[in-house]
Amino acid sequence: MAKEDKVVGSADEMAKTSWERVNDKVHVWPYLTRLEFMCAIIITIFLVVWSIVIDAPLEEPANPSVTPNPSKAPWYFLGLQELLVYFDPWMAGVVLPTLIIVGLMAIPFIDVNPKGNGYYTFHERRFAIFTFLFGFLVLWIWMVVQGTFLRGPGWNFFMPWEYWDPHKVVALTNVDLPYMLGFRSYWGQAAAGTALIVLWYATIPAYYIWRRERMKNVGLVRYLIKASLNMTMMGIVAKMVLRIGFNVKYVLVTPWFNI
Amino acid sequence: MPSLKERLNLDQVKRSVLDSQVWRSMFRHGYEDTPRNRVLMVVDNLWLHLHPTKIRRHAIRIRFTWCMGGVTFLLFLYLVVTGVVLMFYYRPVGEYAYADIKYLEFDAPFGMFMRNMHRWAAHAMVIAVWLHMLRVFMTGSYKPPREFNWVIGVLLLTLTLLLSFTGYLLPWDQLAIWAVTVGTNMARATPLLGSEGPFAEMVGVTPRFDARSALLGGTIVGPPTLLRFYVLHCIVVPLIAAILMMVHFWRIRKDGGISGPL
Repeated sequence: MAKEDKVVGSADEMAKTSWERVNDKVHVWPYLTRLEFMCAIIITIFLVVWSIVIDAPLEEPANPSVTPNPSKAPWYFLGLQELLVYFDPWMAGVVLPTLIIVGLMAIPFIDVNPKGNGYYTFHERRFAIFTFLFGFLVLWIWMVVQGTFLRGPGWNFFMPWEYWDPHKVVALTNVDLPYMLGFRSYWGQAAAGTALIVLWYATIPAYYIWRRERMKNVGLVRYLIKASLNMTMMGIVAKMVLRIGFNVKYVLVTPWFNI
Repeated sequence: MPSLKERLNLDQVKRSVLDSQVWRSMFRHGYEDTPRNRVLMVVDNLWLHLHPTKIRRHAIRIRFTWCMGGVTFLLFLYLVVTGVVLMFYYRPVGEYAYADIKYLEFDAPFGMFMRNMHRWAAHAMVIAVWLHMLRVFMTGSYKPPREFNWVIGVLLLTLTLLLSFTGYLLPWDQLAIWAVTVGTNMARATPLLGSEGPFAEMVGVTPRFDARSALLGGTIVGPPTLLRFYVLHCIVVPLIAAILMMVHFWRIRKDGGISGPL
């Protein structure tokens, strides 16, 4: 085995100077090409076996007059369908998905931490990794799993061992948060709801003022975008907690839209 | 008695094959394992010249790369090939679509296999794209100078989901139309542009003319929707995705190859 052929472990790698590391190179042919070839063969075998063993589903012909219960979106969109429990369609189906895409695209521009570029690390970028993994694993992967396996007829929640009873009785006891807090008049509730939402996002400038020194290298505009996206993501979690734990329907009710 | 190894002299077999007129007509010269030839193997090959000739040692470690970007691209190629085969048999017409799928499953040679490959590769591609994004995030590879390639990657992720979603309707069975009904119902709640969205009455959109009906070509998921989704699935979205993939791969090279510790 030539010197070049040896793949050095990470411990040795860290001992080198950065110049040594960047210039420690191997030929693409054969070291990378053979790996790609192996990967392609494994994936191909996997796919072929899967396609021989399991047939793609095909149900009855399309019939617009027979609605199946539950009607589910394709599995990768079930996280968004799950959001419909907590938000009206304009939020769950339009505003939040747009914010997810825009927020993902914004990541390189709002994460100014120069560390952790090109290697695995947790302690050098705790907040970034925690936020991303929370969004990815809990709000995306877990919601897909839950939507696939735990949501039955009427989009009601069923444990894996429960029968999917299409006539399951679920008490509709949800009330709006301002009503719960004692506001009875229409405009009183609207004002209280607006105040709650303003209060939620008011934590953003408050935190900026509190940690002004720390924020110097982030910059005001970048911080505002970053914090708004983050507080919106956490707002989804807050609404979920309010709905599941306290039967809250809306936080803000207006004649035009509800949140 | 000579052993098997002595009787079967592999070197001799190899030599006689390599020296044969047939072999020499195909391959003009032998391959000598020299650094120069290793480089030429990459730069002289249309399919391999996407690669640099040398890469940093950590970049061939599967624990670092997960190989998921490449797997995504491979699955895309499989989807193109199997998709073209399916197009030979499938007509995106309300009366025919479902019957064509049945024909594919029961009569067309390898029809069921092609359909299975297409469907499972599509699911696998969605998962591979997610894992690719996770890996790129965990290694911080979106950081300068690779910010823009991450943006392209997010667009490609979105297009992958759109490709899968538009293809979901084409079997024209109950699973298909109701999943797409659930998915596209959201569009009518679009603020300003959806008939049931906030401020719809100010804009004046109606169920027949709003964001959802533009997508469906009508007020329900019907035959016009099938045709629209077919065109989106087979032409519009794959073309855009292919263009963005070119940019994505080109930018990897221009941004200094795969990320790594400095």
